[in-house]
Amino acid sequence: MTVEERAPIEERQRHADRGLDPNNPLRVVAPSTTFETVSEQISSIVLTRKVPLFWWCAFGFGVFLLIWFIIAITWLLAKGVGIWGIEIPNAWGFAITNFVWWIGIGHAGTLISAFLLLLRQTWRNSINRFAEAMTIFAVMCAGMFPLFHLGRAWIFYWILPYPNTMTAQPNFRSPLVWDVFAVSTYFTISLLFWYLGMVPDLATLRDRATSRFKKGVYGIMSFGWRGASHHWKYHQSACLLLAGLATPLVLSVHTVVSFDFTIAILPGWHSTIFPPYFVAGAIYSGFAMVLALCIPIRAVYGLHNLITVRHLNNCAKLMLATGLVLAYTYAIEPFTSWYGGSEFELALVHNRAVGPQAWAYWLVILLNVVIPQALWFYKVRTRPVPLFLVSCVVLVGMWVERYMIIVVSLGRDFLPSSWANFVATFWDNATLYGSVGLFITLFMLFVRYLPMISMAEVRELLPFSRPGGGTEK
Amino acid sequence: MTDASTYGMVAEFDDPTALVEAARRIKQEGYRHLEAYTPYPIEDLHEIIHVNNRVPLICLIGGLLGAATAWSMEYYIAAIDYPINVGGRPLYSWPAFIPILFELTVLFAGCFCFFGTLALCGFPRPHFPLFSLPQFAEATSSRMFLCIDKADPIYDSELTAKFLNELGPIGVWEVHDE
Repeated sequence: MTVEERAPIEERQRHADRGLDPNNPLRVVAPSTTFETVSEQISSIVLTRKVPLFWWCAFGFGVFLLIWFIIAITWLLAKGVGIWGIEIPNAWGFAITNFVWWIGIGHAGTLISAFLLLLRQTWRNSINRFAEAMTIFAVMCAGMFPLFHLGRAWIFYWILPYPNTMTAQPNFRSPLVWDVFAVSTYFTISLLFWYLGMVPDLATLRDRATSRFKKGVYGIMSFGWRGASHHWKYHQSACLLLAGLATPLVLSVHTVVSFDFTIAILPGWHSTIFPPYFVAGAIYSGFAMVLALCIPIRAVYGLHNLITVRHLNNCAKLMLATGLVLAYTYAIEPFTSWYGGSEFELALVHNRAVGPQAWAYWLVILLNVVIPQALWFYKVRTRPVPLFLVSCVVLVGMWVERYMIIVVSLGRDFLPSSWANFVATFWDNATLYGSVGLFITLFMLFVRYLPMISMAEVRELLPFSRPGGGTEK
Repeated sequence: MTDASTYGMVAEFDDPTALVEAARRIKQEGYRHLEAYTPYPIEDLHEIIHVNNRVPLICLIGGLLGAATAWSMEYYIAAIDYPINVGGRPLYSWPAFIPILFELTVLFAGCFCFFGTLALCGFPRPHFPLFSLPQFAEATSSRMFLCIDKADPIYDSELTAKFLNELGPIGVWEVHDE
């Protein structure tokens, strides 16, 4: 189809995304943005602008916690996993709770970058880069926990299939082996997708850098990108294909994580609702993390013209929707226990609600179901401060939910003689907060040294980006 | 003058409408070695400058290879190399093999897609003749360029420059590969 054969501009605009209308209060990009201002605004954060005090504070805080993480892991490797509160029957404790929490957080990043790309949602363009970065760092944090929970982390590679002198091989019928493949594939694909999308922006940084050193570094990182039209063709095609691959991948990863639980016969775990339940929870916590990151960064770096009220509103709506799916599963769990009539399942429901760790159950209901109902209100969804607070509440709530699923269920299996309550130790907490430090440190380095908003994709949204007027998408 | 070091003739634009119109005029004029450099993808250009896109094929080959690798690895290990007899249940329990089959399919397809794209683009290629033009640094920010390669049969330093100047560019330059 040639340019003339396309529908006239008015026709096109009528069918176009309302978010691209500059008069719409819920628009994707502020009206005064041009190619030059986008390039300058984003690349100056990395290249020329003075590093804000906020960055130093956040980075310092991250490094402080990261040092604790390193101390905790060193002590763990020296003494063994006994320094954590785990024992039989509570063999999983904080480690797997943290793993599931972190990997869930990553999922919203892939959802924004891949799933919304396939659906041609223009509002994803300005937040997909750092949502994807969040995914990568969250998966890195997640990967630490099963690794160190092995006890002898230095022989982790025994779980991989390779010819060895022990003549032993992994059992491919085990969800734990599936998990290794799922998480490592997820990390690799996320990294490739993120990097490929960043190549044109790295070239922009190369061309705008003033020092020879920066030019060299960004030059190497951008492979010599020059924006040739056939390069764009390959690039767009590859991004679309990677998005198509990442979308089912993200569902498969948390499904496989939930299989770690459901394939066991433990009451509270052995349930067919787990895969959708886990995926919904993952996306819920992930959107909470996206908002908790983008609200302060938007304010500090003055990105209100690119991360608009529309972005906040849309993320909040998706959070509300996935939160309601989660609320439904909370309701259906006791129902299936009652309907199924298994005394062990009924005992679990009873134990959760009034047992020794009932605080976890009621906290989950409060933080994940009751408080987020505030998102029904437009004023909460579009105001940064209340939205930030709700997001933090959901992040904590989702951690407590994973704790409840793992610890409360493991502590009460079929034999009362083997029951025990989990008590977290100082080192449990040090590793949890330390992993938050690792995440903050990596994220702050990303904000400082890489383009955190996709300049190329924002340019496509500008009203004069398409030949003959209108936007490219 | 056209000499051995000439790479081609470049015209600079700041507006996608003028760029696409100019590209079409250049094609109509009979030039074949035309390339556009833009700071974001412009779909209309792909209708003028045709590209044989082999990325999907490479990705498909990667996916099939991944699936074949996963299935043969799982079959070999679970049924031949390290059989685990659990109450006489079948060794080739294929439904349990599906998750890893899926993951490796995606992994191989994704890696083929990424590295295939780099290979098709000819990356990494840190040096390119156009980089010697100072204005070309704007090609990744706000300006758009059209370049007619010297290899074009009807390329002529003076006539091509004159023709490009008629298309309303900001400037026209002959680029030399230094």
